[in-house]
Amino acid sequence: MSEKHEAIWIARDLSKCSGCRKCEIACSLFHENRIWPEASRIRVFMLVPGVEFPHFCVQCEDYPCVDACPTNSLSINKETGAVIVDVNTCIGCGKCIDACPGKVPHMHPKENRILICDLCGGDPQCVKVCQEGLWNVLRIVPRGNNPYRLYARTPEEITRSLAVKIYGEEGEHLL
Amino acid sequence: MIPGYAGKFLEVNLTEKDFREIKLNDDVLRDYVGGRGLAAKILWDRLGRKWETVDPLGPENLLLFLTGPLTGFFPGGRICVSGKSPQSNGVVGSTVAGEFGVELKCAGYDGIIVTGTADEPVYVFIKDADIEIRSANHVWGMDAKQTVSALTKECRELLRTRYPHKGEWKEPSILYIGPAGENKVRTAVVAAKWTHAAGYGGYGAVMGAKKLKAIAVKGTSALPEVADMEKVKELIQAVCDNAYESELWRRWGTGSGGYEVGAKTSSEPVRNWQEEWHDEKSFGVDQFENRVWIKQYWGDFGCPTTCLKIAVVKTGKFKGAITDNPDYELQAYVGTNLGFFTPEENVYLASLVDDLGLCGIQTGNILGFAAELFQRGILTKEDLGGIELRWGDAEAFAALAKKIAYREGIGDILAEGTYRAALKLGKLKQLDLMQYAVQVKGISIGAHGIRSEKDYPEIYSYACSVQGGDHTSTACMPLDDFRSELMMSFNDSGVYCYFNVFGLPRTFVFDFYKAVTGIALTKEDWVSTKAMSILQLQRAMLLLGGPDMRWNPEIHDENPPRFYEPLPSGPFKGKTVDKELVKEEKRRYYELVGWDEKGIPKSDVLQKLGLDDVDKALEKIR
Ligand code: SF4
Ligand code: SF4
Ligand code: SF4
Repeated sequence: MSEKHEAIWIARDLSKCSGCRKCEIACSLFHENRIWPEASRIRVFMLVPGVEFPHFCVQCEDYPCVDACPTNSLSINKETGAVIVDVNTCIGCGKCIDACPGKVPHMHPKENRILICDLCGGDPQCVKVCQEGLWNVLRIVPRGNNPYRLYARTPEEITRSLAVKIYGEEGEHLL
Repeated sequence: MIPGYAGKFLEVNLTEKDFREIKLNDDVLRDYVGGRGLAAKILWDRLGRKWETVDPLGPENLLLFLTGPLTGFFPGGRICVSGKSPQSNGVVGSTVAGEFGVELKCAGYDGIIVTGTADEPVYVFIKDADIEIRSANHVWGMDAKQTVSALTKECRELLRTRYPHKGEWKEPSILYIGPAGENKVRTAVVAAKWTHAAGYGGYGAVMGAKKLKAIAVKGTSALPEVADMEKVKELIQAVCDNAYESELWRRWGTGSGGYEVGAKTSSEPVRNWQEEWHDEKSFGVDQFENRVWIKQYWGDFGCPTTCLKIAVVKTGKFKGAITDNPDYELQAYVGTNLGFFTPEENVYLASLVDDLGLCGIQTGNILGFAAELFQRGILTKEDLGGIELRWGDAEAFAALAKKIAYREGIGDILAEGTYRAALKLGKLKQLDLMQYAVQVKGISIGAHGIRSEKDYPEIYSYACSVQGGDHTSTACMPLDDFRSELMMSFNDSGVYCYFNVFGLPRTFVFDFYKAVTGIALTKEDWVSTKAMSILQLQRAMLLLGGPDMRWNPEIHDENPPRFYEPLPSGPFKGKTVDKELVKEEKRRYYELVGWDEKGIPKSDVLQKLGLDDVDKALEKIR
């Protein structure tokens, strides 16, 4: 994308997620021109029914994944703040997954390379469809000097706290 | 290979603990599409010659899980479950929402054909082409929530250890049965998530008879290539734009019906259909919205409507009960039909039938039937194992639902479904109890009455349907009316949620079909040839029936007796259905769909459709 973008962040209101998975569809259509949930950079987990939520990169302020990559295949796009994967050098070793506090990166289902949200070059497709349907789980805000890394949590961690938020004390036993 | 299809099916033989991939001829897929249509074709080809002898709950029956070419593409993912129905002894295409169909196609399969019976409880785990039949002893007996949680955990662990390279694994999609299915209760469902169910047909009992607790599938490929991706994207957007306009269903789902259908159209079952009217404002959608809904929008793969809501009882004696909306059908059947009118009681009972793996509609129907017998003194407290089954007592109904799911005491008879239970109890009590059974051909009537004539079904809709009382497949004229089962069967054969079709032009789904498959199909061609063939196959197998039941169209192409009683209350008080008119309409309908005066598909009609073997098989009942 040629136009200039200010760095953005995708704010997320997870408890409102409808589980419609339109974000997965949009992301995979944009990047692969196929409907391909497993190749989507944003993945909707449902470890507990009703507790669906999108799981994707939060662009940690210190980018531990970038540091962990032994082949220097990850870089930060200065304009958007997104982590960019060099598909030619990525060897699919999975070191970035281990380094990520939320275990967000995942392997491409057919190729030996990692998938991480690239913020669609500054024009996130997932946000568009989520807002179009008025679910508004995903919203674009300017990227500030905030502790984004705190949002990088594993699917289990997110499920545990969301389940309690949604189901009350019942939620404790559901995972 | 036709675009939109994965190109192969998985056949699992539970007796031999074996599986293989099979291919179906492109012509068959072109003619029968998928889901319901294909189910009818597969069942006819494999079991047609011996149909009357096949016990739906025996090892010979097939259990089918079929996607359609539109699954995953048309917004609102579903899967169609079928086989010989232990309710109608015919074929029902029973669909359930969720990601199962999408995962299955991404794993490379258009469907699963299950044959035989396992000797011990098993579940099937599918990861792309890696298939495993695993022991389900440790999950047998578990309720819905326990099953989902145990298998989600176990399957993710399997994925993690077998394919450690992936990173975090998303959960596989799971279809399963609860205790009711395990106990071969004829109103048991095949369930997805906690609350989604393929209810009509009773395939949960078939799954239980096969000792198949669940199927879990994770597919990692893309959905199949389509004929015209740009067009598919454009049509997806059109479906969404249309759905976003529909405030009614987005905001309330069908959940505004619990009050409206009773108070206004007066076609809601109240106390086993003794009435179809109520004006209980405590059952208003505002009460549901304010008191129990904790998630406004909930939906399945690709759905723009997300008509489901999550409901939780937050305080009081039913605290902790969780279900979806309940939708209109369950508001009615485990609410008004049992004489209670608060969201909390309704959520409690809906949550319980989910947990037990029972069909809310058909179990609500039989609970209402039992309660009317209690009201009339035909069933006593002793008969009911100590339960005083009074209208409005949610806990009494809960106790009886449990007896049904576990086939305890009277539950063992009621577990046979309303029709069979009416016969059995009638014999025991020496009374005609069929007058209280609100069903057609073994399948309970959906919660849309016909007496007020203000709801969508016609007075002959249930009587003539090849899926009996199923409110999602109604007979209707003209045959290309959107309420006609010839049109509805496209949704169940393409396999997607037909709630996303409302408001779109009638030809839209055929355009979508063309964009996905590249096959041009007109509405006329669908109705007069393809859907017509599917209808005739379903009709033939329904009439052949057996081994325990056979339907005689003269007797059984008929409304439940209750619909000929005048409505006792409400704005349409006194209104009833004219039996003579039903007869006339029936005759008209038979004529249109090519059935003779006895209701049997005519020779020349079948031959013109290329169904010569069906014609031959029907000789014996002509
Ligand atoms: S599009 Fe929004 S509501 Fe739908 S699954 Fe994604 S995050 Fe959830
Ligand atoms: S969330 Fe994970 S992938 Fe994204 S920047 Fe942080 S460490 Fe990297
Ligand atoms: S911003 Fe783009 S790449 Fe990132 S998850 Fe959303 S759609 Fe996918």
